[in-house]
Amino acid sequence: MSLATQQLSSLVTPPPQGDSDTSIMKIEIGPSHPAMHGIVRFTTYLDGELIVGMEPEIGYLHRGFEKESENSKWIQVVPYTDRLNYVSPLLNNIGYSMAVEKLYGIEAPRRAEFTRVIMGEISRITDHLTCVGAASMEVGAFTFFLWFIKAREYLWELVEEVTGARLTTNWTRFGGNATDIPDGFFDALQERLDKVKDIMDECDKLLTRNKIFIDRVKDVGTFSKEDAISFGFTGPMLRACGVPYDVRRADPYSVYDEIDFEIPIGSTGDCFDRYLVRMEEIRQSISIIEQAADMMPAGPIMTDERLMHYPDKKEVYGNIEGLIDHFKLVMEGHQPPEGEVYLPTEGGNGEIGFYLVSDGSGDPVRVRMRPACFNYVEAMPAMTVGHYVADIVPIFGSVNMIGGELDR
Amino acid sequence: MTTTDSELVTTSLLKKNFPKSILETHCHRGDETVVIDRKDLLSICEFLRDDEGCSYEMLVDLTAVDLLEQNRTPRFEMVYHFKSLRHGKRIRVKVRLDEQDCSIDSIYHLWKAVDWYERECFDMYGIHFNNHPDLRRILMYDQFEGHPLRKDYPMDRQQPIEELREIEERYHYQRDV
Repeated sequence: MSLATQQLSSLVTPPPQGDSDTSIMKIEIGPSHPAMHGIVRFTTYLDGELIVGMEPEIGYLHRGFEKESENSKWIQVVPYTDRLNYVSPLLNNIGYSMAVEKLYGIEAPRRAEFTRVIMGEISRITDHLTCVGAASMEVGAFTFFLWFIKAREYLWELVEEVTGARLTTNWTRFGGNATDIPDGFFDALQERLDKVKDIMDECDKLLTRNKIFIDRVKDVGTFSKEDAISFGFTGPMLRACGVPYDVRRADPYSVYDEIDFEIPIGSTGDCFDRYLVRMEEIRQSISIIEQAADMMPAGPIMTDERLMHYPDKKEVYGNIEGLIDHFKLVMEGHQPPEGEVYLPTEGGNGEIGFYLVSDGSGDPVRVRMRPACFNYVEAMPAMTVGHYVADIVPIFGSVNMIGGELDR
Repeated sequence: MTTTDSELVTTSLLKKNFPKSILETHCHRGDETVVIDRKDLLSICEFLRDDEGCSYEMLVDLTAVDLLEQNRTPRFEMVYHFKSLRHGKRIRVKVRLDEQDCSIDSIYHLWKAVDWYERECFDMYGIHFNNHPDLRRILMYDQFEGHPLRKDYPMDRQQPIEELREIEERYHYQRDV
């Protein structure tokens, strides 16, 4: 034995002695690990490279969203919702505002709804681009991450044009939106969508039939339809298992019932199906945006219901009702009537539901957000046990866990 | 969004099968809601899942509401949201819980999603779920005192996270599992 080998062997821990149960190795993956998409910890038990047990631990990004919301006024919750699913903040804005509108029993004007559909679908595309891009980067296809992030950047610039911010949008109000779409927006929109389509086509050619990619994701993380339903899967994760459940179609909200789109479904629910479903959903979202842009009606973007929006300055200074409305909204805030509602909307990675309880006083009694990826992370042991440790990366990538939404 | 009583299929089915345990029903803004007696939760949930006319295969959400500031007794309300993919319906089931005895049967064995939802509810509200196999905190850490979403938990209360000693202990390298 050479000296170098001797030195090396002294560094390696000696193999366990005796016949005690030492064949199972415990490995902590995360919380601070590049493949953990933020902060979540998996305590993994390995037999060789085979995963025999796993326990996820969450809560590292818990900020008390619900507590903060319940100690705010109703309108003050809108900026908090940006920080839930921070890859598609507009969808959270829309979900929350529509839930409050349901509490009031009113609807936003049609132009506002169509704008919401366009902006919401842009957000859905950015969400899917991030998920697919990050997941493919983690299995070695780094180019796609850069290309998809480039495509996402095009769309975020559009979001910035309308809302004034890329991520912290704070765009919807109760009964409408804060800003209307600017002049020349539709030309820019079409140009950007064409660019995204080109990127999609190129990436599709490079990735979808790529043997290296398919070997990593095909038949990995397979999940049965029954288990997925029982685990409360929604969104692309459930559709990849073959269940055509989409809130936009099952419980239509906004103007989705007037728009024609297809719901892509997978068959086995493995990571490859989830990738294919997300890629197709990006195309469907582009089609939805184009239809909504064609159908965009003229008109107001804010309801004319009293005590829902700040009156025009002309009204405030010109007549007593305007002045009183302004005063009451500033001093007391919105006062939805007593009651409780649950409004499901289709978020980036599943059903976002807001359960709101109001006692009519202006202070929310309960603001509950149903996080879509909570169930996915809960099902991580069921998806990974029996696979190899390297499979955690594509499985967790395809889950699209967003820490802000998971831990709230 | 007006819904007539004849359209509330699940409510009428539940009223027919569990006449004594349905305390209250309403359909505010089109959300079908039943308030049930605590002791019949298990049998009603099982009925909702397995009955042909109901078949609520999915538990969408499970949470609680603290009605302390409304001076309501009982203080807590458990809220379950179910979704039937087959019939395309939703229902909300509510159970009222006393502050002194805030425990309820776990429906852990009926839907797989229940496990973490009940842990979160226990963590945030301190509601005890009987027969839950692993009722630990989920979002907060084990040393955390109190239940943050209760209305009497102060907004600005701060708690030191952990003693340094415990951290050192935890990260001490141990080979055995």
